[in-house]
Amino acid sequence: MYQGIAVRVAEWLTALGRVGNFVADVTRSTREVSTWGPLTPGLMRRIGVQSLPIALFIATFTGIVLALLSSYSFTGAVPLYFIGAFVGKAMMLELAPVLVGLALAGRVGANIAAELGTMRVTEQVDALETLAFDPLAYLVVPRVLAATLMFPAVVALATAMGITAGWVTAVNLLDLSTTDFVKGLRLFYEFKDIWFGLLKSMSFGLAIALIGCMKGLDTRGGAEGVGRETTRAVVLSAEMILVLDAFWAVVLL
Amino acid sequence: MIVFRDVHKRFGSKEVLRGFSLEVQEGETTVIIGHSGSGKSVSLKHVVGLLTPDEGAVEVDGQIVHQLNREGLTALRSRIGFVFQFAALFDSMTVRENLALGLKRQKLEDRIIEERVRHSLALVDLEGAEMRYPAELSGGMRKRVGLARAIALRPQYLLYDEPTTGLDPVTSAVINQLMIRTREKLGVTGIVVTHDLTSAYAVGDRIAMLYRGQIRQVGTADQIRRTHDPIVRQFIEGRPEQAAGLEESSMETQP
Repeated sequence: MYQGIAVRVAEWLTALGRVGNFVADVTRSTREVSTWGPLTPGLMRRIGVQSLPIALFIATFTGIVLALLSSYSFTGAVPLYFIGAFVGKAMMLELAPVLVGLALAGRVGANIAAELGTMRVTEQVDALETLAFDPLAYLVVPRVLAATLMFPAVVALATAMGITAGWVTAVNLLDLSTTDFVKGLRLFYEFKDIWFGLLKSMSFGLAIALIGCMKGLDTRGGAEGVGRETTRAVVLSAEMILVLDAFWAVVLL
Repeated sequence: MIVFRDVHKRFGSKEVLRGFSLEVQEGETTVIIGHSGSGKSVSLKHVVGLLTPDEGAVEVDGQIVHQLNREGLTALRSRIGFVFQFAALFDSMTVRENLALGLKRQKLEDRIIEERVRHSLALVDLEGAEMRYPAELSGGMRKRVGLARAIALRPQYLLYDEPTTGLDPVTSAVINQLMIRTREKLGVTGIVVTHDLTSAYAVGDRIAMLYRGQIRQVGTADQIRRTHDPIVRQFIEGRPEQAAGLEESSMETQP
């Protein structure tokens, strides 16, 4: 049994070391601004702007459900204008960053891992190297930067959409006035609510892009390998989001 | 000059190269032949630093490739063109963009880039294909674009990884002609790895047989055709005797 545990620990340490090396190599590659600079805006559009529909879709329905849930829970016990506080706090602090993060772990993480994995198995990554490019500067740095910068923007818009959906629901289905909803929204509001959610989403973007790139470049063995590493990237990204979510809650709340 | 000095390379428990030594002289085209999976492509990837040897060294113009720093390796790679087995074209780019990418890296003026792209495509008889995507090209056309991408850089050395594999005989002959034409017009030194003997005889100034991780014999096309070495004879005559042993020696060599 002890041998099995030792093997597992050794595997974890090896994996951790590889991640450390990868991050160090990527950091070094940021010096090649002329390589990643021109590629980053296009990837920001692909990773950020094209993720907006799914993010706004999730936020809209989450906002609706939050308003109805809070009304159901508060009735008779807590004034109904607390619906505004509940919807606002929940969207800003937790639900928009985490739900959008999980959705984008699938959309963005899978996209990056599959794209880079296919490039790896079809020797396109080798071709980049023979053309004297640093594959990390060309492929990884712009994706990581784009995801890290765009995730907070997407989450900010999703948060706004979720709160709006909660407000429309409260006004139309719960007979709450706009004034009461806004009163509740401002009741416990702190500026930290906003930056905490955005900081979390930034860390989610960084983790998803790094995992997608690492798994993609690690791909071996053709189509099966691409499928395997893409699945691993999505699962690992989803797990990382939940771990980071707890980490930030412990550290900052 | 490219020199392989006693190169050893192992993947897991399988030792692919076991003291591989070969000298490629300036201006000549050397063809490395051998069974599928015998480590021919592995040896080629050592020249551009895509792989590093476990023992031994590969030297290009006196520089030991695996000892070069990042800048040195970048400078070396800018002098070497690499034609991949399946072309390795970037799917998201047009033919023109594929060719221009390496030229932009060399920070050439746009006018020169356009001229090089046009000239390189003309060399491989693909004028007018600039705006097509790799998915719209046939296998033979993709290989020609791969060759054009390599020669657009005006390399001193050209490395070909199985340039005719998977092509019909006529298209293979076209690729062979292009390799000869490239050498004549651009004066590049070439290494071709292939198991296609027709191609080897057509383009090779010298042919080297790789067998069980070492060079078994080196000679001109005539010398190889007339060889008395039983292993080389068996290979060039395509006889299946001892095939099981050969298969065993060639398995699992791809990184």
